[in-house]
Amino acid sequence: MKRELKLTVNGEPYQLFIEPKRLLVDVLRNELGLKGTKTGCNSGACAACTVLIDGKAVKSCSILALQADGRDITTIEGLADGLNLHPIQQSFIDHWAFQCGFCTPGQIMAAKALLDENPNPTTEEVKLAMDGHLCRCTGYNMIVEAILAAAQKLQQEAR
Amino acid sequence: MKEYAVIGKATTNVDGFAKVTGQAQYTFDMVLPQMLYGKILRSSYPHAKILNIDTSKAKKLAGVKAVITAKDTGEHKQGCWRRFRELCDEPVLCLEKVRYIGDPVAAVAAIDEDIAEEALDLIEVEYEPLLAVFDPLEAMKEGAPQIHDGVKNNINVTRNIEWGNVEEGFKNSDHIREDKFVLAPQSHTPLETHGALASFDGNGRLTVWTSTQTPYYVQCLLAETLEMGENDVRVIKPHVGGGFGGKNELFADQFCASFLSKKTGRPVKIVYSREEEFIAARRRIPMYYYLKIGAKRDGTLLAKEVRVITDGGAYTSMNATGLYLTGWFSAFPYKYPNYKYDGYKVYTNKNPASSMRGFGAPQAVFAGESQIDMLAEDLGIDPLEIRKRNAMTPHYVVPGQATIESCGLPQALDKMGEYLKKRGKLPKDRGIGLACYGFNSGGVFNWFHTPYAFSSALVKINIDGKVDLYTLAADVGQGSNTTLAMICAEELGVHLEDIRLHTGDTTLCSTDLGAWASRETLMMGNAVKMAAADVKRQLFEIAAMKMSPNIVYDFEAKDRRIYLRERPDRGLSYYDVVKDAIRAKDGQLIIGRGYYTPHGKGMISPAFSFGVQAVEVEVDRETGQVKIIKVTTAHDSGQVINPLGVRGQLEGAIMMAAGYGLCEDMPTDEGKILNPNLVDYKLIRYRDMPETETIEIDTYEPEGPFGAKEAGEGLTCPTAGALANAIYHAVGVRINDNPITPEKVLRALKEKEGKSTRRSARKA
Repeated sequence: MKRELKLTVNGEPYQLFIEPKRLLVDVLRNELGLKGTKTGCNSGACAACTVLIDGKAVKSCSILALQADGRDITTIEGLADGLNLHPIQQSFIDHWAFQCGFCTPGQIMAAKALLDENPNPTTEEVKLAMDGHLCRCTGYNMIVEAILAAAQKLQQEAR
Repeated sequence: MKEYAVIGKATTNVDGFAKVTGQAQYTFDMVLPQMLYGKILRSSYPHAKILNIDTSKAKKLAGVKAVITAKDTGEHKQGCWRRFRELCDEPVLCLEKVRYIGDPVAAVAAIDEDIAEEALDLIEVEYEPLLAVFDPLEAMKEGAPQIHDGVKNNINVTRNIEWGNVEEGFKNSDHIREDKFVLAPQSHTPLETHGALASFDGNGRLTVWTSTQTPYYVQCLLAETLEMGENDVRVIKPHVGGGFGGKNELFADQFCASFLSKKTGRPVKIVYSREEEFIAARRRIPMYYYLKIGAKRDGTLLAKEVRVITDGGAYTSMNATGLYLTGWFSAFPYKYPNYKYDGYKVYTNKNPASSMRGFGAPQAVFAGESQIDMLAEDLGIDPLEIRKRNAMTPHYVVPGQATIESCGLPQALDKMGEYLKKRGKLPKDRGIGLACYGFNSGGVFNWFHTPYAFSSALVKINIDGKVDLYTLAADVGQGSNTTLAMICAEELGVHLEDIRLHTGDTTLCSTDLGAWASRETLMMGNAVKMAAADVKRQLFEIAAMKMSPNIVYDFEAKDRRIYLRERPDRGLSYYDVVKDAIRAKDGQLIIGRGYYTPHGKGMISPAFSFGVQAVEVEVDRETGQVKIIKVTTAHDSGQVINPLGVRGQLEGAIMMAAGYGLCEDMPTDEGKILNPNLVDYKLIRYRDMPETETIEIDTYEPEGPFGAKEAGEGLTCPTAGALANAIYHAVGVRINDNPITPEKVLRALKEKEGKSTRRSARKA
C-alpha cells in the first residue's frame, strides 16, 4: 500500500506516493533522479550515502523515506549555485581530496554539516566528525586539509 | 632540470567539477529505457557437483523475463592468460561443478531488483558436495581433493627465476638465515562494487557500460564467450568508483548482463552487492614465503633463495602474473649476485586471488624487508647501512630479466639517513622501521596475446585550436586523465584547458591494455606524447612554409605559440598555424597518432620506480594496539608529471598498505568468508591515518614521457614491511604474519616476557 510522502529537496517541494519499505536513498536516486548520492554498502557502514536532513548529516541508506516526511533535504546536487561551486566543493578540487569520487558526495555533505555546526574545527575535530566515512583512494589526509581550508574560506566570506 | 609549462606543476583533476557536484556518472548510476535488473545465483558450497538446476519456478514468477544457466550460455572457460589456453579456466557460469562459495551458477533478469532477488530463491540447485581443500599446503598433498581435472596436486602454475649460483653464494657467505612468513589476503574494497549495464541492438551489436580497469580485455573476453566479433562488442568505461587491481578481468556481471540482454532484447543491469564484492570478486594473493639469505660479515648480500606457495583460489585469474612478480620483487631492490626463486600457484576452494595494487610486491617486501632487518641485527649493522650497501644503482643489469636505467634509490637512502638523524631518539615504546621497494612502470609481458600496440592514442586538432585526445587509458580515480591531458598539452605547447578527453570507449579509442601494473603514465604517456608530436610536426611544416627560417633553426611550441627555439621572438600564433594547416590539407582536421610497445626491455618492465619508507609507530603494551605516528617516504618516480596526483597516490597507498599491515584480513571457515561487510572488514579510517612526509628524489627515466615513471603501486609496497620492523624496534617483538593485530602483538609480548622471566629465573 503506497503512502504519501512530502519532501523538500534542494529547495524544491515534492509530493510522492511510495511503498513504506523504501529507503530515502532509493527515493532520492530512483524517484527524483538525484544520482549524486551513492551507496557503498547499504548497511550504514561506509556513509557514502550521506545527505543533510534539516541541516544534519544522515546516512540515507539507513532511514526510510517516510521517516523524512515533511523534512528539508539537501543532496550534493543542491550545494553549488549553478556553476558556482560551494567553497567546500572548490576546496576538494584544490586539495585533490578525491580520486575515484564515489564517496565524495557523502564526504562533502558531511563536511558541510560539520562546518555549519563548527565553523572553525581543529584537525582532530575534523577527523572525529568524518571518521565514519570510508574512502579507499585518498588516505583521508587531503580531505582533512580540504575541509580545514574550506573552513577558513567560509569564515573569511562571513566576515 | 628543464622548465616545463604544464608538467611538474600541481594541477587539479580534470574531472574535478563532475566529481564534486554529483554529475560524474558511474555504471552504478546508469539507467536505460526498458532496462531490466539482473541478479546472479552463487554457489553456497565450496566444492560440489551440480546434479541438476531447476529454474521452472523462477521462470514462472511474474516480472521475471529470463533465467539462464550454463546449459543456455555454454560454460566458456575464460581468462586473461590467452596465450596459454589451459590457464583460461574460469567458467562464465558453472556447468558441472562449483569450486568456491560464490561461484556463479545461474542468473535472472526481471523488471525490478526485488523480483530478481525473489527469483533467485526459486531456483533449485541440486548439489553433491565434494571434499574441499582450503590451504594450499594441504591442496598440494597426494590424495587432496582435485579441484580441476588433470591438474596434479592442484598446482596450476609454477614459475622459476634464477641467475648466478645460489649454492656457491651460500658457500661464500659468512652468515645465512632462513625465515618463514605468512601473508594474508586483502580485499580491494572499491567503494563502487562491480557492475555492468549491457544493451544489444537490433543489428546484433552489443554495448556494455561497466566498472572496469580494462575495457579492452572485457571487449575481447565478451566477444570470445558470447561468440561474437570483437568489434561487434563495444565496451564503455564511465567514471569508475575505484579498482585497485580488482577490476582487471571479465566478471560474471559483465557476461550475464550481456547474455540476458541478448536473450530478452532489453538492456540488463547487474551490480554486485557489497557481500558479493567480498565473496565473488578477487582478493590479494595470500602466500607462504620461505626465504634463505646469505651475506658477508660486512652485510654484502651474496645469495637469496625464495620459495613461495600461493593460496590461489579456484581459478588462475591474474595470479599467474602475480606469481612471477612476487619472485621478481623478492630480488628487489638490491644487487643479488645469485638468486633463485620457485613459486607455486595452488588451487584452493576459495574465491580467486588475483592482481591487487602492488601485484605480488607487498608480499615480497613484507617478507624480504623483515628479513633484511633481522640479518642486519645478526651482523650488528645498522638497518639503513645494510640497505645502502646493497641498493640497486642506475644501469644495473639483472641477469636475463631487466636493465634498471634510472634509479634514485641511493639518493633516497641518503636523504632518509638525514631524516632519521633529524628525528633523533624516540620515546619509550616507539620505533621506526624501514622498507625499500621498487616497482614496474607497466608490464612487458603479453600473455593476453594482443596483436595491437600496448597503448595507442589519437590527437585531433580542430579549426579553433581545441584539441581532442582519444585514449582507452582507464582513469579509475588514480588521475590518468589529468596526467595524460598534461602530457598532451606540454608536448603540443597549448594549455591544459585546450584539451578535451575522450576516454574508455573501445569503439572511439584505439587499444590500451588498461590500468594495471602502473602502466598508464609511462606507456600511454608515451603514446599520447607521440600523437601530440605527430600533430605538432604537421604544424611546424606549415610554420616553416610561412616563416622560411634558416634551416639551422628548430621550431618550438609553447603557450599557444610556435616559434624558433633559438630566436624566440620570431614566431606565429598557434591558432593561425592551425587555421593554415587545415586549409593546406584541403580542409581536413589535423590528426596525429601515437603508440607504445616496449621493445628490448627484458622480461618485466621498461622502467622502475624506487624508494625507501620510514614508518614510526607507538605500541601500547597494555592492549597490543599499534598507532602509526608518522610515515616518511623518499621516492623516485622519475620526472613527476602532476605533484598533486602523486601525493594523492602516496597518501592512498599508505592507507591501503597500513590496512594490509595492521587490520585487513579475510578469515574463512570451510571456505566461507566470515567478514564480508564493511563493519567486520576493518579499513583504516580518518583517525588511524598518520602524518606523512615526502622527499622527492629527482631522476630522469629515458624510456618515460618527459622522464616519468610510475607512482601508483610502488608506494603500496613498503608500508606493511616497515610497520613490522617498526614494531620490532619499538617493543622487540617480531611478527612474521600480517595483519599485525593487537592479539598477535600481545601474544608475542607475553611470550617474550615469559622467556625473559624464565631466563632471569635460571640466572637466579
